[in-house]
Amino acid sequence: MQQIINFFLRNKTFLLYLFLLFLSLVFTIQSHSYHKSRFINSANFLTGGIYNSVNNVQSFFNLKSQNELLQEENNYLKSVLYNTSGEFKEGFIDSTRFSSNYKFTSARIIKNSYASTNNVLLLNKGRSDSIDQDFGVITSKGILGIIDETSNKYATVISILNTNIKISAQLKNTNHFGSLEWDTKNPNRVQLHEISKIAPLKKGDTIVTSGRSIIFPKGIPVGTIESFNLDSAENFYTIEVNLFNDMTNIEHVYIIENTDRKEINNLLNNE
Amino acid sequence: MNNIVISHTIQFIVLVLLQVAVLNHINFLGDINPYLYVIFICLFPINNNRIAFIFLSFLLGLSIDLFSDSGGVHAAASVTIAFIRPVILKFCFGSIYEHQTIKFKHVDFGAKVIYFIIIIFIHHLILFSLEIFNLSNILLALKKTLFSGIFTLLLCVITTVIFSRKK
Repeated sequence: MQQIINFFLRNKTFLLYLFLLFLSLVFTIQSHSYHKSRFINSANFLTGGIYNSVNNVQSFFNLKSQNELLQEENNYLKSVLYNTSGEFKEGFIDSTRFSSNYKFTSARIIKNSYASTNNVLLLNKGRSDSIDQDFGVITSKGILGIIDETSNKYATVISILNTNIKISAQLKNTNHFGSLEWDTKNPNRVQLHEISKIAPLKKGDTIVTSGRSIIFPKGIPVGTIESFNLDSAENFYTIEVNLFNDMTNIEHVYIIENTDRKEINNLLNNE
Repeated sequence: MNNIVISHTIQFIVLVLLQVAVLNHINFLGDINPYLYVIFICLFPINNNRIAFIFLSFLLGLSIDLFSDSGGVHAAASVTIAFIRPVILKFCFGSIYEHQTIKFKHVDFGAKVIYFIIIIFIHHLILFSLEIFNLSNILLALKKTLFSGIFTLLLCVITTVIFSRKK
């Protein structure tokens, strides 16, 4: 017994080092598996508060470009609104209302990141705004990511520039679908895998979300085809997609909630 | 004694805030960021006890991780260089270190730069290989280590020069 205690006392720095290294490796591995609840994340009171006050200063510097983006979107929405043909009569039933099971919440990015291989963003909305895990996040131009951790006032977003997520996407013209991944090389370009060989592809075609998950509705723009080639087995195309979003300059975003989420999840889990 | 504790606490907080609020957003040429907080581990007084030093380095890395949502990669890299620092000190400064009389203000500039280089590159190599976590992308990790390491080194040397002039 004496010897064991002596051993610990003699090697206490080494043992402490091993313990701390082990701890940090556990945190690292946790961060590489999507959906494990993480202990170390920036959506807490302290880091969220600091990022919020830092962002209050930073947002002044790109006020102009953000205003232009918002104005562009307003312009588009106005043109849609005033160009709808026909008056809305009394008793008129808008058939699009039937499928309105998506709820939108606007939010602001207070920490952007695109230089790392697993990028995580921070939003200024959290559980008190009824934001929860697995809600989709988009901008006015296209897809951005998925909510991961939430605290009362803040939420982290796994960006599409993260090697841990795959998002289902398809061609706009046809229904050929594949999964969207990022190869960490360029923050404005992602890869669409497993598009079948018979799909008609053209450079410049639009890629949209496929609506095959309960996170994103169908038809949210992702980007345009930059180039494509067959994979090594020559059965599927791998497509380089240029994102519509400039991932280095985002501030105003929308969080999408699928209000039927619970029902769908219940149904899937019961099987 | 008390003075040292207070000044190091302030250093710790200032370095963490500087890192997460400014340096993490530089993104020079796309993805090159300096990690200046390493200088805290480099210049920590030597005669203090090692347990506290290793623990403090872990805390420093973990607070950076907390802000940048990177799991535990900064903590792992920091705690490792804190643990192997005596070996590097012995290699770089030799006999001065043996007598425990080393003061970073008075050592030879060349030896100090070599000491920085070794610590920074070991730190960055661990950091990026854990962050990328993929053997097939090892070249990317090495590339990031090299470029970010040069950036960090420049900043560390500039910081030491500026702050040693003042005193």
